[in-house]
Amino acid sequence: MADLTTLFANKIRCPNPFWLASGPPANCADQVIRAFDAGWGGAVWKTLGVPITNVSSRYSSVDLNGQRMMGLNNIELITDRTLEVNLREIEEVKKRYPDNAVIASLMVDSTREAWHEIVERSEGAGADGLELNFGCPHGMSERGMGSAVGQVPQYCSMITEWVKEVAKTPVLVKLTPNITDIRPVAHAAKQGGADGLSAINTINSITGIDLDTFVPRPNVDGKSAHGGYCGPAVKPIALHMIQQIAEVGLPVSGIGGVSNWRDAAEFILLGCQSIQLCTAPMHWGFRIVEDMIDGLKNWMDEKGFRTIDDFRGLSLPNVKEWKNLNLNYKIIAKIHPEKCIGCDLCYIACEDGAHQCIHVDPLPPRLTVTPIPKLDGPIPATPIKIPRVDEEECVGCNLCALVCPVENCITMERVDHGIPSESWEQRSA
Amino acid sequence: MNVTINTDELFPDLHPALAPQAAVVEASRCLFCYDAPCTQACPTHIDVPKFIKKIASGNLRGSANTILDANILGLSCSRVCPVDVLCEGSCVMHRYNKQPIEIGLLQRHAMDWFYSHEPAIATAPDNGKHVACIGGGPASLACAAELRRHGFAVTVFDRNPLAGGLNTYGIAQYKLRPPDSLKEVELLRNMGVEFRFGVEVTDQTEGEFDAFFLGVGLGPMHRLNVPGDDLPGVVDALTFIADYKTGTPKVGRRVVVIGAGNTAIDSAIAARKLGAEQVHIVYRRGESDMSAFASEYEHAKLEGVEFHWQTSVTRITPDAVICGTFKIPCDMVVPAIGQSPLTKLLAVCGEVNRETGQTKHPKYFAGGDFLNGGREVVDAVADGKRAALGIKKWLTTQS
Repeated sequence: MADLTTLFANKIRCPNPFWLASGPPANCADQVIRAFDAGWGGAVWKTLGVPITNVSSRYSSVDLNGQRMMGLNNIELITDRTLEVNLREIEEVKKRYPDNAVIASLMVDSTREAWHEIVERSEGAGADGLELNFGCPHGMSERGMGSAVGQVPQYCSMITEWVKEVAKTPVLVKLTPNITDIRPVAHAAKQGGADGLSAINTINSITGIDLDTFVPRPNVDGKSAHGGYCGPAVKPIALHMIQQIAEVGLPVSGIGGVSNWRDAAEFILLGCQSIQLCTAPMHWGFRIVEDMIDGLKNWMDEKGFRTIDDFRGLSLPNVKEWKNLNLNYKIIAKIHPEKCIGCDLCYIACEDGAHQCIHVDPLPPRLTVTPIPKLDGPIPATPIKIPRVDEEECVGCNLCALVCPVENCITMERVDHGIPSESWEQRSA
Repeated sequence: MNVTINTDELFPDLHPALAPQAAVVEASRCLFCYDAPCTQACPTHIDVPKFIKKIASGNLRGSANTILDANILGLSCSRVCPVDVLCEGSCVMHRYNKQPIEIGLLQRHAMDWFYSHEPAIATAPDNGKHVACIGGGPASLACAAELRRHGFAVTVFDRNPLAGGLNTYGIAQYKLRPPDSLKEVELLRNMGVEFRFGVEVTDQTEGEFDAFFLGVGLGPMHRLNVPGDDLPGVVDALTFIADYKTGTPKVGRRVVVIGAGNTAIDSAIAARKLGAEQVHIVYRRGESDMSAFASEYEHAKLEGVEFHWQTSVTRITPDAVICGTFKIPCDMVVPAIGQSPLTKLLAVCGEVNRETGQTKHPKYFAGGDFLNGGREVVDAVADGKRAALGIKKWLTTQS
């Protein structure tokens, strides 16, 4: 039976790798307690610092075809509760839940004294680790904190050094994706002594504009400001950045659009030691962790993995630079007519959007009337137009299989033409 | 017995409308097939994926115009079409073990939006030609609208005080109410169609017009031709339906409907809803021979209508229907065994070109129930539209 016990950076122990990310679901003890009761392995407390004043409204989302919250945007700042209240609650939670991980997310003014003080007080309250919030992209960054630090490698390593001067628990640096290349800051964090990295924070966004008022959402008294984007929509961006920072060699806590155990497994395959979620519990509540644990365990059992470490990072060697891909690998589309429902989406996608390799014969025009069996005999079956692939012309791009609504109706089949593998690097050498 | 009824309460919508968010979700389920079978299956060839995707994008005016471009009676068709043998019946989702897209409800969603937002359709500048449409039913209305789009002046003649034909007088109330049918008539009036009611069309009239469209429908309902078929308690189905739809319902306590077509079903269900305690359908042939659509048959069974197969009526008395050796006590009999075709007029028309509606008298075009023997509203609309284009082509080549 799979064991999800997690040991992050060799220090932070918890029953599973699923942590609440620093955000609204980890705002107070009441929430974190209910999350732990539901099964969450850990929680990164909503960022501690000098309490701020929030605006209303704060969130906006992007729906896709009627499905809610494919992406979520927020302009909420760090905690609006006093440090004393937060620390007292952290202490209480740690006493009641010694086996779960509580990480304190921190953000204060960029002075050594301020950082020393908050680190010492957080650890004094019993935090198992610290996460330096160098990623928050809105509001706090205008005050020289959050992503204003995370976008400058020197600031990042300087403040990490200050923290490490006093920290006794592992220090994670939370990275911002709002940067051309995430790697220099990740290396700077390591240089400053970080014990781990958290990535990614939210992405700068304007989710949409009200077409009646012309005000972007969320609307704060007729105006808006850019916010931080997260949720399922950002997962591919997060996966890419996590793959990029693997070269730093620090433990990574993966964040960005994880909604279920499948997403989590993908993050772990790219090397993550723990997984943080925020949008999913904001959408569905803490109860989602049950399937995350159950689903991941069942998948691990099926694959023969006993611990998270058994499959962690297995996909990293499979991510290459384009120049190393085999130019002589050839696949072509195969349409399985018995599965085809005749929507002809593959035809129009290939014709207009790809390489004009799928053909279909239109039905002859006819005068259509409502079929009435008494007058017309049995109602004839609707004719179906099954497209066909020009195998000589097909470039194996996958588009037809991607648009096909029927599972396994279009498969991409390998063509073995006997030509040995050759990459662009080899060819141009 | 005579009853005072509130038809809106007695005849709630058979299929409630979609809420806006539900419409977007349903519209988003549409695969947006290329050269879609639903469009092919529609006699008026409404571009179904196109209007559905416009619902999904929130372009409801564009969606409505897409529907009305193909079918000016998009509102009534969205309510009365037998979609399970037309668009929804041909939806590719059937092949995928999934529910077909609710095309009828989505069309109604777009139509309801259109008619509550200053409905208007663009017409071309007058081209100096004038066409008469005889009969104010769906075929004539469709012909008239299409002609107005091309700049023809159009006058519609009808013997009834209201236009719309069976859409106004003959369709079950839980599917289509007269006010909705009359909204479509009003739209045509706004497009510049002239209506003349209670007017006889005579030789004298012929000279006023460049072409005629005959959308005169079918003749009176067939009589049973059994003893007692002229008793006061015998009311033919179309009269029964028209009476209750125009606010003067007459229904018995025990009703026998004779026939098993869609009109018979409509009458039987209406009788139940109007308060009849027992409603029987008597049909001389078997269940598999009935011409009513399967969905109509199911609906009637749910309403508690009792069916008697292989049963021929031999006589009607003031308090029963006699079927050979047994009798069904009743105080009302509703024959619904079809309408007679206007054979004399059809003979005068000669062979009609189905693509253009042109009769052997080139100035006369025809379509709808009159020509096709009695089909659906959507078939009449298709006929009327084809005839309009036929008239346009013919008049263009004449000048």
